Amino acid sequence: MTRISRRGLLRTGAAAGVLAASGLPLFAQPKRGGRLRVGLNGANTSDSWDGRTHSDLYMIASAQGAVFDSLTEVAADGSLIGELATDWEATPDAKTWTFNLRQGVTFHNGKPFGADDVIESLQLHVAEGAKSAAQPIVAAISEMKKTGEHQVQFTLEAGNADFPYLMSDYHLLMYPAGQIEEAIAKGIGTGLYQVTSFEPGVRMTAKRVDSHYKGDSAGFFDEIEYIAINDSTARMNALMTGQVDAINRIDFKTEALLRANPMIRIQEVTGNQHYTFPMLTKVDPFTDVNVRRALKYGINRQELVDKILLGHGMAANDTPIGPANQYFHSEMEPLTYDLDKAKFYLKEAGLTELNIDLNVSDAAFNGAVDAAQLYQASAKGAGININVVQEPADGYWSNVWLKKPFCASYFSGRATEDWMFATAYEAGVPWNDSQWDEPRFQELLLLARAELDSNKRREMYFEMQQILRDDGGVIIPMFANYVQALSTKIATSDTVGNLWQMDNGRMAERWWMA
Amino acid sequence: MNSVIRIILQRLALGLLTLFVVSIVIFTAVNLLPGDFAQAILGQGATPDAVEAIRRDLGLDQPPITRYFQWLGAALQGDLGNSFAQANFASFVGADSGVRTTVAQQIAPRFENTMFLAAVTAAIAVPVSLVLGILAALFRNSVFDRATNITTLTSISSPEFFLAYVLILFLAVLNPMLPSLSNIFEGMSFGERLERTLLPALTLTLVVTAHMMRMTRAAIINLLASPYIEMARLKGMSPMRVIVKHALPNALAPIINVIALNLAYLITGVVVVEVVFVYPGIGQLFVDSVKIRDIPVVQACCLIFAAAYILLNLLADILSILSNPRLRHPK
Repeated sequence: MTRISRRGLLRTGAAAGVLAASGLPLFAQPKRGGRLRVGLNGANTSDSWDGRTHSDLYMIASAQGAVFDSLTEVAADGSLIGELATDWEATPDAKTWTFNLRQGVTFHNGKPFGADDVIESLQLHVAEGAKSAAQPIVAAISEMKKTGEHQVQFTLEAGNADFPYLMSDYHLLMYPAGQIEEAIAKGIGTGLYQVTSFEPGVRMTAKRVDSHYKGDSAGFFDEIEYIAINDSTARMNALMTGQVDAINRIDFKTEALLRANPMIRIQEVTGNQHYTFPMLTKVDPFTDVNVRRALKYGINRQELVDKILLGHGMAANDTPIGPANQYFHSEMEPLTYDLDKAKFYLKEAGLTELNIDLNVSDAAFNGAVDAAQLYQASAKGAGININVVQEPADGYWSNVWLKKPFCASYFSGRATEDWMFATAYEAGVPWNDSQWDEPRFQELLLLARAELDSNKRREMYFEMQQILRDDGGVIIPMFANYVQALSTKIATSDTVGNLWQMDNGRMAERWWMA
Repeated sequence: MNSVIRIILQRLALGLLTLFVVSIVIFTAVNLLPGDFAQAILGQGATPDAVEAIRRDLGLDQPPITRYFQWLGAALQGDLGNSFAQANFASFVGADSGVRTTVAQQIAPRFENTMFLAAVTAAIAVPVSLVLGILAALFRNSVFDRATNITTLTSISSPEFFLAYVLILFLAVLNPMLPSLSNIFEGMSFGERLERTLLPALTLTLVVTAHMMRMTRAAIINLLASPYIEMARLKGMSPMRVIVKHALPNALAPIINVIALNLAYLITGVVVVEVVFVYPGIGQLFVDSVKIRDIPVVQACCLIFAAAYILLNLLADILSILSNPRLRHPK
């Protein structure tokens, strides 16, 4: 398998267009035809084609995964390829980015795609009163300039080497300029599939566009049908009785039953999704790094992977950078369950005993309360008395998270290191759930962001991960796998995206009928 | 006959009062729950600014009493308002995006589906339970009677989702006759719709049959001790004829009441079955709305549920009056 360096593509993404055109056939011979029926959770009656509101798999798979396109796309192997952009180039300070757009692309209503569409679509996210989750990405662009019918130039507030990656965000969909309201109402994009029916929270069907710029390299089904099945048992039943061809997010407890069925294949990838116990590092006793260290050694990470994830995950070392990131520090010395060390650091902090509250709810992640109780039991031997306070799931994110000094949370992870850190570890950002403000870390964060040299970035990101492991304010015991089940009638390539569930939500593009 | 009309009017007026009380109770209850729409919809992203913005847009920053009367005023004019979720999206887009926006538009298709499921279930359950009830009364204390009782009581005592899974196991997995997924949608042919609705309908049949069947049986047996039945028997009538011709008409009032109660349950209490079979009915919409504290939708659903109970009970009362000559012609 040839692995193309991701950063090699970054500065001059000229090869990206070629990559997209050559596509999958490296692995197997996909064939056209058939109807893909998928049972997915994460659907709501309030769903719409407005990318700014997308947050769960159902709409991500329907919109970015089938009906709409973005400028760039993270391929199954993690490399960045062009989607509606063919290539891009940065000035050496990574502040000015020029994107060349694909020519000859049309929206489903026949309107040709061009630079105006890009600018207007991105401006949606910073519109007055808009509440887009991608607002910070677009707000960092100080100027968007149309430099040609098929060329756009972005000037950023500050250099960002990951900017092309950010353009692959699932919120940043391309709509037809001047017809955005209609496009949002009806689902008019440039994607491989054109909407034939959409009932929010119930069902979405779409048919393959006859001639598409992705050609024969993607989009092998004639039709797709995404059925909203939020109940995990109902999803499993639907797959078992052959009414759908694939389901996402299988229940670990019944996974063995699915495995026993010869018509079903389980697909499991370890990505960046991680469960956390953040501490507010500006609130006593968590201000003391020795207290944080004692807590890091008092948790039995492997036990949590075994009992909470039933083995479907990987022990983590208090850094949010996971196997789906390029600069994942996999050789870092693992944090082990070590009561002697925990006691040692407690003593360093001048304490013989530590009494703290841990406020949790299963709203944070499935099994959070159980995980907290396991933590309580494992830390006890070191003189750390964790009082598990069970909070109501309702209002957990508003009343507990970011408010209580020690609680539970989760992150689905981000495609790039900088993106993840900028989301929850940069000083002053709203989701910085550990009030993390360590000077060296913040300095590296800004340096690495504007650095285009891959080796230097690696060094910096490794150091940042080491800082988080040693002193960080978030206990990240585990990465949770994405586990999905497919009928044997469906074939996939050997490399399945691990950025997000269901091949990064792009099963309609990447899978085919066996 | 005048008395019947008077009763109807009286009951309708009382019904309206009940609806009013229900709306107050629901509004208070939803407001007492921790969290509100802004917090629920934003989840992890509930930064104070974003929460504030949404609350302002939706008028959630107003005191509850003001909001309640605003809602009531509109509702009295037949406007159930806009769902928060849709209003929120409209404010995202900057204008009405053209898709379903009002509560009424959102609820209508779901309610239609729920009514369809209730109708299919009733079409199976009511005749089955009446026939079983009559037969059980006819052959009371026989093996048939006991078997029917045991079966129906077992099914009513089991949780609905368990019955649903048992049916899925036997009718969808082991003998693939019916689809386990009931995701019906617009544009489906009636036959296909019916086929997809059959499993949830059968599940609900199992849930409601026992109640109606046992009431039928009990009401008839109760009458069998009456002197006029004795008379009929002495005339030499067959037991079947005694029950159907003489006992049943007099037993109708309690039976109708129980049927009405169960029909109301078919409209309001089918959430679990809807979830298991992924049936897009009003129950799922209701639960989703409670989850995100979408008060206008919750209110509208509750009013529909309450109205269903009130109207079906009224209907039952009227039918019992009509079926009873003594009530039809009061002295």
